[in-house]
Amino acid sequence: MATPTLDKVSSPGQDAGHLVTVTFRIRRFNPEVSAEASWQDFEIRIDPKERVLDALHQIKWEDDGTLTFRRSCAHGICGSDAMRINGRNRLACKTLIKDITEIKDGVATKPILVEAIKGLTVLKDLVVDMEPFFQAYRDVMPFLITKGNEPTRERLQSAEDRERFDDTTKCILCAACTSSCPVFWNDGQYFGPAAIVNAHRFIFDSRDEGGEQRLEILNDRDGVWRCRTTFNCTDACPRGIEVTKAIQEVKKALITRRF
Amino acid sequence: MQTMSSTDSITVDEGYDADNPAPVIEPPRARTGKTPKATRTNFELYGWLFMRLSGILLVVLVLGHLLIQLVLDGGVSKVSFAFVAGRWASPFWMAWDLIMLWLAMLHGANGLRTIINDYAQRDNTRFWLKMLLYTATVFTVLLGTLVIFTFDPNIT
Ligand code: HEM
Ligand code: SF4
Ligand code: FES
Repeated sequence: MATPTLDKVSSPGQDAGHLVTVTFRIRRFNPEVSAEASWQDFEIRIDPKERVLDALHQIKWEDDGTLTFRRSCAHGICGSDAMRINGRNRLACKTLIKDITEIKDGVATKPILVEAIKGLTVLKDLVVDMEPFFQAYRDVMPFLITKGNEPTRERLQSAEDRERFDDTTKCILCAACTSSCPVFWNDGQYFGPAAIVNAHRFIFDSRDEGGEQRLEILNDRDGVWRCRTTFNCTDACPRGIEVTKAIQEVKKALITRRF
Repeated sequence: MQTMSSTDSITVDEGYDADNPAPVIEPPRARTGKTPKATRTNFELYGWLFMRLSGILLVVLVLGHLLIQLVLDGGVSKVSFAFVAGRWASPFWMAWDLIMLWLAMLHGANGLRTIINDYAQRDNTRFWLKMLLYTATVFTVLLGTLVIFTFDPNIT
């Protein structure tokens, strides 16, 4: 045969010294089977330098194909795999197993808990209904608003003016912040941190002229004044955005606008 | 759970994790295209500012009040009708207590309003809890104000 073949075929069990045993305790929910959610343990062999997302893949592909979760880019860009891992909101694709577990003699000492983000209706397993989240996002008009004629050239902006809102341009709309906010947990009518972050991105953009409208929207009952400065959002944000600071800046803009 | 694969390394766990119980948080009432109705007032802004400004004043008023009533001059045992009558003979202490009464009541009431807004699930519950709160607040503020202004040290 002309086809080149490998000299050595690696057999399972060999070269597996880097693998450790980790139990993933996953909160499962399937409305077609039961109205109740419940925890299920999956014990797998995996490289601790892999991510939680890799573990979920391994479980889905090798153990239980019914395990349901969202992911797309697998590299912290698309924002689809925010989940509550060991009680904290994180992106599964940015969380290394070795960073959240203690390994003794090749076995993780405690199971890793994985569940859907909170405050949004769970549809199945780790998938939640994101519609209320995106509704709040749409309500702050997250697009450039200008008056007058379109310029013939690009809209120029100084480096300082760009810097003013740089932090809030980084948002990937993963909902880790909003679903970590206790005010949102109790009342989903609150805009939530993510919507305020994305309003901030335009309010403080020197090229935008809709800031006044957005401030008016966030001045209302379910706007920034419901924020209680718990900093859960800042802790949760996988992009390292200073979410609470952005919210405070919007509050400050509203107050200085009034007085 | 129902779905069990044949791999025997998988075990079903019935209860929540004992040493790390994660509270279940039910989804709250959701935001839709129609909600909430815009009010276009600055009420929440003023409420937020009031909490901070009254808080600053309350630090002085409440701590001063506690110090005078409970610590200085023999502590709480000295507080009697005569002590109160002596203090309220001065317009300064009348003003102090009046301002403290109004600020603490409005501050506390607005704080409770926030908490009701946060935790009441149904619109009806929300409404009636607030009505109860406002009634109690108005009653206490008016009664306190009445006492401060109509206090008679020679009452028999
Ligand atoms: C000693 C000085 C005080 C200061 C500096 C202070 C300050 C504050 C501030 C800044 C808030 C707003 C918190 C937020 O929006 O996240 C607040 C909330 C609140 N305050 Fe005060 N306060 C004081 C005294 C009082 C007193 C005497 C009462 C009771 C009559 C009270 C009852 C409340 C309540 C019920 C809340 C709402 C709690 C919450 O938002 O979770 N406070 N206080
Ligand atoms: S601010 Fe951070 S946590 Fe919130 S949606 Fe954007 S990227 Fe996610
Ligand atoms: S899969 Fe895209 S952010 Fe994690």
